[in-house]
Amino acid sequence: MQYNWNWGILLQDPYFGWVWSGLGWTIATACAAWVIAFSLGSVIGVMRTTNVAALRAIGTAYVELFRNIPLLVQMFLWFFVFPELLPRETGMWVKRDLPLPEYSTAVICLGTYTASRVAEQVRAGIESIGQGQRYAGLAMGLTPAQVYRYVLLPVGYRIIIPPLTSDFLGVFKNSSLALTIGVLELTAQTRQIEEYTFQGFEAFTAATALYCLVTFIVMTLMRVVEHKTAIPGMISLEAK
Amino acid sequence: MFRIIGLAIAALLLTPLAGAPAAAQDDSPVLKRIKERGVINMGHREASIPFSYIGSDGKPIGYSMDLCMKIVDRIKDELQAPNLQVKYVPVTSQTRIPLMANGTIDLECGSTTNNLTRSKQVDFLAVTFITGTQLASKKGSGIKEIEDLNGKSIALSLGTTNEKAVKAVVQEKGLDVKFTMVKDHPQGWLALETGRVDAYATDHVLLFGLISKSKDPSQFQVTGRFLSYDPYGFMVPRNDSSFRLIGNTVLADLMRSGEMAKIYDKWFNPGPTNINMPLTQTLKTAFEVQALPY
Repeated sequence: MQYNWNWGILLQDPYFGWVWSGLGWTIATACAAWVIAFSLGSVIGVMRTTNVAALRAIGTAYVELFRNIPLLVQMFLWFFVFPELLPRETGMWVKRDLPLPEYSTAVICLGTYTASRVAEQVRAGIESIGQGQRYAGLAMGLTPAQVYRYVLLPVGYRIIIPPLTSDFLGVFKNSSLALTIGVLELTAQTRQIEEYTFQGFEAFTAATALYCLVTFIVMTLMRVVEHKTAIPGMISLEAK
Repeated sequence: MFRIIGLAIAALLLTPLAGAPAAAQDDSPVLKRIKERGVINMGHREASIPFSYIGSDGKPIGYSMDLCMKIVDRIKDELQAPNLQVKYVPVTSQTRIPLMANGTIDLECGSTTNNLTRSKQVDFLAVTFITGTQLASKKGSGIKEIEDLNGKSIALSLGTTNEKAVKAVVQEKGLDVKFTMVKDHPQGWLALETGRVDAYATDHVLLFGLISKSKDPSQFQVTGRFLSYDPYGFMVPRNDSSFRLIGNTVLADLMRSGEMAKIYDKWFNPGPTNINMPLTQTLKTAFEVQALPY
């Protein structure tokens, strides 16, 4: 390979700052998207398990729509097509005056996409509990909302912590697609460094290490959460 | 002792003789690997109109592709390999240099600015086109020079020399310009067409190309002084003089014989996409200067 290595480039100004600012945007995008994904995904997931047909239909439609379109295409649609579908004035506002347009669009897109995945986990978690507990709760005089609040969700969430960890990690990795609409997150900054210095291999190595570091921290945190919330006697990773 | 010295002298004397008849591929790792594989991997762009882009039949065509095919013909002669296959590898402005550095592509035929920083990683053949950064905007927007963009927004393609040039001028003049980063030319153009930004900056020739392919070409204008000087060249792997020499010999031959100007006219005057850019005096001079004799 014909290549002049120069690892020092990563510590030079301004490239050092670019890497950190990129990491900051990656974390900011992923965390904000995860808040949307978790809250919206929980609602949709619950909707898919209720006895109301209309709610189930809405939930199913949402999941099928957002889970089946590639994320890259969704980014493009939210950024370029969505404003065109709005009334002219509102569309112009979205295009021109929306604060941090690229970032907001990326967060919404990533959040709504991941919500469809979270919804499926939540549904799976609730369904794995079995109908018996639901009926028992109702027989004791709880309202359907109370059955969810006190019986189904507390157990359901605990069961799905391991697969939710995967989706939480996925949000960080998928946030790199935000570069296609111009968010200068870690991957974008890496490419930027490459184009300014042509030391692409060093820059991408640094990015790889940082992604690994972030996902490792997330994994550790989620494991702690899993451990702390484990119900004694239930099947769980390290439950005792 | 004397025998050893004698042998050494004899070896020294014989070395140039033994080396002389050897073909060029012996000291060229690139030619060697092309011959071994029977394939030349040619990097091309997908939307650099009219240099290197995907034609209606799905194959890459363009000014750069035509010139590169001449180089490929010469390589076939040089290696005595008439059945040499050409494998097209699509590259982007971000992937072209790593792919050349790691040996995936042997020759890049696109629209790459030959500059000194890039020359630390790759080598360039003779200059085949000269352009510079200009601004495209909607007619009636009142944008002429970059100074008119104060308080407005501009789209820039990530990882281009234009991005650097525009940002440098904006910083130097202390202008308040909002940047929207896009990943490639079509997206930058879409941002301008949909009114997300007021202007899009890239090499002036690419702007003319984008306009000629847009829905309503009469709606757009290309204005402003050149914010950068961008001579295009084909990239070849670094430290391979023999391979580079073949490429430069072909280009010098084409420039000397006037065939270069004919190929230029085929693509630019007016060209298949109606780009309508007659050969400029600067480029004509560049062709004359680079038409090295034997």
